[in-house]
Amino acid sequence: MNAPLSFLDRPNSYIGRSVPRPNAKRLLNGQGRYVTDIVLPRMLHAAFTRSPHAHARIVSIDVSAARQMPGVRLVATGEDFARICKPWVGTLDHFKGMKSPPQWPLPIDKVVWSGQAMVAIVADTRAMAEDATEAVQVEYEELPAVVDIDAARSTGSPVITPEFGDNVCFRGVLDTGGVDDAFASACHIIEEEFRFARHTAVTLEPRAIVADYDPNEPRLTVHHATQTPYQFQDLYSRHYGIAEASVRVVAPDIGGSFGMKLHVYHEDMAVVGLSMMLGRPVKYVADRIESFVSDIHARDHRVRARMAIDAMGTILAIDVDDVTGIGAFSAYPRTSAIEGNQVIRLIGAPYRLKNYRAGLQVVFQNKVQMSQYRAVGHPIACTVTERLVDLAANKAGLDAFEVRARNLIRDDAYPCESPTGYRFEALSHEVCLAKLRTMMDYDSLRSEQRELRNRGIHRGIGIATFVEISNPSPAFYGVGGARISSQDGAIVSITPSGDVRCLISVTEQGQGTETVIGQIVAEHLGVDRDRVKVITGDTEVTPHGGATWACRGAGIGGETALQAANKLKANVLSVASAILQDHAGKLDIRNGWIVDASTEQQRIELAEIARLAYFRSDTLPPGTQAQLSVAHHYAPQGYPFAFTNGIQGCHVELDAETGFVRILKHWVVEDCGRIINPLLVDEQVRGGVVQGLGAAFFEECVYSETGQLTNGSLADYLVPMAFEMPDIEIGHVETPTLDTQLGAKGCGEAGTAAASAAALNAVNDAMAPFGATISQLPMTPARVLKALGHI
Amino acid sequence: MKARAFSYARPSTVEEALETFASAGDEASYIAGGQSLVPALALRLQAPQLLIDIAHIPALRGIARRENWLRIGALTRHCEVLTDPNIARYAPLLREAAPHVAHPAIRNRGTLGGSVALADPASEFPAMMLAMGAELEIAGPQGTRRVAADDYFIDLFQTAIEPGELLIAIHVPAVGPHHRWAFDELARRRGDYAIIGCGMLGRFAGDRIDEIRVAFFSVGNTPVRARHVETALTGGRLGPDSVAEAQASLAADLSPPDDEHTPAAMRLHLARVLMGRLLGRMMVTG
Ligand SMILES: Cc1cc2nc3c(=O)[nH]c(=O)nc-3n(C[C@H](O)[C@H](O)[C@H](O)COP(=O)(O)OP(=O)(O)OC[C@H]3O[C@@H](n4cnc5c(N)ncnc54)[C@H](O)[C@@H]3O)c2cc1C
Repeated sequence: MNAPLSFLDRPNSYIGRSVPRPNAKRLLNGQGRYVTDIVLPRMLHAAFTRSPHAHARIVSIDVSAARQMPGVRLVATGEDFARICKPWVGTLDHFKGMKSPPQWPLPIDKVVWSGQAMVAIVADTRAMAEDATEAVQVEYEELPAVVDIDAARSTGSPVITPEFGDNVCFRGVLDTGGVDDAFASACHIIEEEFRFARHTAVTLEPRAIVADYDPNEPRLTVHHATQTPYQFQDLYSRHYGIAEASVRVVAPDIGGSFGMKLHVYHEDMAVVGLSMMLGRPVKYVADRIESFVSDIHARDHRVRARMAIDAMGTILAIDVDDVTGIGAFSAYPRTSAIEGNQVIRLIGAPYRLKNYRAGLQVVFQNKVQMSQYRAVGHPIACTVTERLVDLAANKAGLDAFEVRARNLIRDDAYPCESPTGYRFEALSHEVCLAKLRTMMDYDSLRSEQRELRNRGIHRGIGIATFVEISNPSPAFYGVGGARISSQDGAIVSITPSGDVRCLISVTEQGQGTETVIGQIVAEHLGVDRDRVKVITGDTEVTPHGGATWACRGAGIGGETALQAANKLKANVLSVASAILQDHAGKLDIRNGWIVDASTEQQRIELAEIARLAYFRSDTLPPGTQAQLSVAHHYAPQGYPFAFTNGIQGCHVELDAETGFVRILKHWVVEDCGRIINPLLVDEQVRGGVVQGLGAAFFEECVYSETGQLTNGSLADYLVPMAFEMPDIEIGHVETPTLDTQLGAKGCGEAGTAAASAAALNAVNDAMAPFGATISQLPMTPARVLKALGHI
Repeated sequence: MKARAFSYARPSTVEEALETFASAGDEASYIAGGQSLVPALALRLQAPQLLIDIAHIPALRGIARRENWLRIGALTRHCEVLTDPNIARYAPLLREAAPHVAHPAIRNRGTLGGSVALADPASEFPAMMLAMGAELEIAGPQGTRRVAADDYFIDLFQTAIEPGELLIAIHVPAVGPHHRWAFDELARRRGDYAIIGCGMLGRFAGDRIDEIRVAFFSVGNTPVRARHVETALTGGRLGPDSVAEAQASLAADLSPPDDEHTPAAMRLHLARVLMGRLLGRMMVTG
């Protein structure tokens, strides 16, 4: 006899399997249909004259010459938009005291960052529109630029929004009490100041939009490279006063987003207004330089942190102060306070920590807006925590693994709550730690390190534990008044040929959402995966839902699809039972056939049921109304977030003379609950790690003292490239969430969350023989040389 | 961004190219591989009204040895520099530098002449002209002349080529059995313009250096020959002491700019380290 079949051997068993993405071939063949590829009849092109100053009053705008340029159809300024567009304010109610000035598509009296769109030109071609942008004459009165986060908060600093009286957007405080006592009784106190540079998403496909307003009905259709079509349907409807049902937002193929494409951008709002003014489709595609000066930036934190430990290396307390610079206003509609908020709530999260105090200041400055980007806040919190833990290990004379083993939350301690109020259902720190040690062959790496040091070769090993937020409930945005859904909706139907269509509100930006949804529907319905078509990204077609962000696509969207598929299956079996005159409970669906559940004997093909239902309903038993389409919504309940966890390791070699660091290898052990598609999870983690290593070594938006971005091109802003990236080895631990039947949590941000922390610890480990330390990201050769005392 | 509108001409001889330029006045620009010019057009940093495409002029092609010189046509592409056996044999510094110049797609189109004519101070090939003691053949309305590399680089993006003139070919003294050479650079990512780079070519008698040329790039407005270093090394035996002496004298040769990404002290430090390593390699090679 053969061994009993595992769930993976059942027919249509796709959950847990590395099945390829159906859309990958089309995209790799260059046959994707991105917003840039969309050409509509009568379509015009927009370009923008941009502010050369970081902070200036607009004295006058002369567009008369621009209007005369060849091919120009419209020149519009801030005033023109203010007449038709309601302003927006990037605050959330649950951030008490938060403030941000109103925003319009184009500025009316002043510009607040260098590169801000000032005047919109619409012309027959993009080149003509650009020609005309050069003919716009703007007279500015320059104002002193607020750039540095300390200068911004000093008394006497120019205030960007004078009505506010200062440049502080939001202050947050967390305090469990007991911190001062813990520090007073500590055996060792560790202190460090961390700096995290601004960086940005640099998606392969830049932001792109085609707005098509038809004044006759009226209707607005927007083809938009975004993660969140429903959010934009709502925003366009409310800010331009068009009935929601008359606004359609379509997100076709998207070339990466990483959180960047879910914020409101002035140009995008302007393009909608331009189309309304003209009654014609208008296209705008950000070029790379525009992306650098208008896409959201992320991070930009300075964290001063202290940790108290006892003689055994037990963590007694953490005390942190985070200051973050966000640009001249808070982003809309998700605000620019989420990242800082997550930083102070996630610090210390993997550890048994009782005494915790954190201060947060979110500061306005004359730079591009800062907001959510992959792993929001996690890399900052993780780096601060994990570096402190390593410093604690040094003080207590413990190894990096040992100090963590002593302090991590035990695997049998769940459910439990962090000192910042996060509730953990079940995490697996101890198993992950042990698994990483084996994967890295840690002891051999350490002995190799000792041996190589004698030969003048300086390698470093760093590890970093993390906790990741996924599957957010309305606690994230909804409670703050934002019209951002935490539920998803799906419509699943059987076609007359017995194929399956699943229309679902989660979206695809290249990570494989559609693949995962297809796997779940096929498995739970009992059909071949090739027969399931998943359709996303069109508000006219799919039910309303939150879409894909914050690691919710698989966890929430997947559960929605699962429940919808089960509901449809029940409907199918009910029709089948009527036809077969058998109990529905005895039947099942396998491989597109209705079978006897116990014997697997094939009874009738699903396609035959569909044929009868759609074309020969006259032959069905009286009273049978076949419901071969179901609509279903699912909102997470239970835990407000499904936390995931893991640990990463990084191995580097430092050239101590040049300050250059070579990344030799990187490891990740992660626990995202039920793994639906190991291949996609691994690639999510790898991509995330690369972004984390980018932050650790390369990526930085550098500003001059006058608020000019000095490296806004791909020649000067260094994204990590294949040559510099190490092999990334990935291991998994599966602790499914019991809040859903699917059991999946998020995995998209795990890689980014801890990669830079592990890298920072590794570089510090390599520098240890020189008595040097570094606490600033990215770790450029200049900073490493400075730390080593060479310059 | 989109380039401003321009006209396009495709001459087939040097004379025709020169005439076309002369009749267009200062509003024209030659284009070879386009790997520097096209980005500049797209960014609207340059907006010539006429592009004169020199890629179809046979006289600018070819690699040939004539007595002790190797003549390399200006249109020789970076990828040919990488693979041509004559270059590998007689002008090995170019061969060593080529893998560091950009990426394969750019090397397939970019030309050696374009790189040397543009004279980006961060570029590899222009500095190698100094290290090799090359001569540049330039054609203008008054005829053709040869300019020594030492007299060729004038200032930032400014060379002995006058507006409207064409770089025809690069002449390199052929490397012989007594030569040793070394090249390397420090770049944040492979293929990027380097933070610092250096090429050196010496004629040796045993361990003694009879003659040496040491050239740096990414150190200022032009590539720079480190003449104090050369003097310190010439006539002596290459060994740890002379390397240290050379490193000590480098500060007299280089005064790198202080930019906000790379402090001057850092460039000078890296130049010393890099040069020390290259001299060390020449010891090993010998
Ligand atoms: C992403 C990227 C990375 C790069 N990285 C590097 C690098 O690491 N190192 C490096 O050295 N280069 C790099 N380059 C530049 C590349 O090497 C170019 O090919 C080279 O600088 C110019 O050669 P071209 O033939 O493309 O010249 P073009 O772009 O056609 O012309 C450049 C200039 O030279 C003039 N010119 C060209 N040929 C002649 C001639 N025969 N006589 C007179 N004038 C002439 C043109 O009028 C123009 O002003 C990079 C380019 C890109 C796009």
